[in-house]
Amino acid sequence: MEQTSPEKRSENKIIITVSGVDRIGIVAKVANVLADNRVNIEDIKQTIMQDYFVMFLLGDISQAEKSFKEIKEALQKAGEELQMEIWVQKKQIFDKMHTI
Amino acid sequence: MTSFNADSILETIDMIRVHHLDIRTVTLALSLRDCCDSDVKAVGDKIYNKITKYAKNLTSMAQEIEDAYSIPIINKRISVTPISLVGESCKDYDYVYLAKVLDKAAQDVGVNFIGGFGALVEKGCTRGDEALIESIPEALAKTERICSSVNVASSKAGINMDAVLKMGRTIKKAADLTADRDGIGAAKLVCFCNVPGDNPFMAGAFHGYGEPECALNVGVSGPGVVRAAIESLPKNTSFGEMANKIKQIAYKITSTGELVGREMAQKMGIPFGIIDLSLAPTPEIGDSVAGIFQAMGLEHAGAHGTTAALAMLNDAVKKGGIMASSHVGGLSGAFIPVSEDAGMIEAAEKGCLTFDKLEAMTSVCSVGLDMIAIPGDTPSDTISGIIADEMAIGMINKKTTAVRIIPAPDKKAGDKVVFGGLLGEAPVMNVNTLSSTNFVQRGGRIPAPIHSLNN
Repeated sequence: MEQTSPEKRSENKIIITVSGVDRIGIVAKVANVLADNRVNIEDIKQTIMQDYFVMFLLGDISQAEKSFKEIKEALQKAGEELQMEIWVQKKQIFDKMHTI
Repeated sequence: MTSFNADSILETIDMIRVHHLDIRTVTLALSLRDCCDSDVKAVGDKIYNKITKYAKNLTSMAQEIEDAYSIPIINKRISVTPISLVGESCKDYDYVYLAKVLDKAAQDVGVNFIGGFGALVEKGCTRGDEALIESIPEALAKTERICSSVNVASSKAGINMDAVLKMGRTIKKAADLTADRDGIGAAKLVCFCNVPGDNPFMAGAFHGYGEPECALNVGVSGPGVVRAAIESLPKNTSFGEMANKIKQIAYKITSTGELVGREMAQKMGIPFGIIDLSLAPTPEIGDSVAGIFQAMGLEHAGAHGTTAALAMLNDAVKKGGIMASSHVGGLSGAFIPVSEDAGMIEAAEKGCLTFDKLEAMTSVCSVGLDMIAIPGDTPSDTISGIIADEMAIGMINKKTTAVRIIPAPDKKAGDKVVFGGLLGEAPVMNVNTLSSTNFVQRGGRIPAPIHSLNN
């Protein structure tokens, strides 16, 4: 099996942050968009902060056929439909900023 | 399987969304030394072709990175070899023509400023340097994107007072030729002492002599983030703890900048140069260095204690940055431009912040007297006096200092100038009206200082 360097693996990780007023179907809709785009969900955390629903998803895009940009646009469209704020970022920014 | 820390994610998003953390500039630094020719038109063609070849993907690559990390990249810019050197080989000098070529190249690749229309003359001027300085006011008046800088002093060479005299007149003329826009020409012109050759920030960016063929230099900013971090501490937090907090934030900002810089350089197939962490304010509310002084406990910028606050801030920012990257460079530290900082503007308007206090602050900030509007009838010899003072601070303290002041045509103290965009707006500030003429017109150089007996 082909070995992938840790750096390459980390390049394929994305973090999706969803926030807004809690309602039915948020997780389902976001998860559907990810499944449609062949993004594997590796971890999910969710919480309520100051009456707002906040969800974090860790995704792996190594099997995705579409580009990061297209996946991001699809997620943002879903966010608009849900009236939720969605941030889609490569995970490296968090690794770099918060670890020494 | 990898995991993540939700608090870190929220902190990052907050830094970007609420506190204006951004990549202030990605600057392509490019040598134009191979563009020399005896025919000025040929020089222009070579310059245009080289810039448009190297920078053609600059804005699209920046957009890609912005998308990947959701961090705004505000400016895409280019810095080049000091143009005095490139144009000097021509039989007939025509630096205004070269400025127009640079402007066109910048426009065609979609960058908002191109720096390097300048010269390094701390010890003396060549004929090309003199012709370039002579051409600066017209070049700035006839172009949109050109930034000009002239290094007139250094700790090793002393202060070239002939150049200081000339620059006083040049600044005045640059403002007068753009009188219809409040003298904006002078807002794109800066005099330096100990200028760094890898600075990505305008107006002083240029590609220094010891630099490689090309490099990608990145400038990150975030005064709002630093202010928020200080405000999150209890009011009685000691200076040591406050300095630590600033270092931690500076580390985070710099790491992010380096990630962006390295990835962008790799995409463009050029070397990564340096990361410059400069707390560069913008006119937006909350993105203010003056706001940091208030968070530290001063009533307003200009209060006694401001110089000490700035000294600590500037030093802590550098320390945090150094920890995050081996290639911190440029002007790293804290900028104190007046017109670009809502808090500084307010302090100046209220009279809390005076020109003299700003001069004192420049002895510990990362650059110098920056974006200060002064009365339009200020004699050019007085401007030369201001430059000489500021250069002396840099020369003696072995630091970079600079002067970017705007003698606002037909305006007097208390009036307002408006440049718009990142250059902002500013109240016209009083300067001392005593004459400096007999001093600045002596000519020659102020000798380089002794580098021992540091007292």
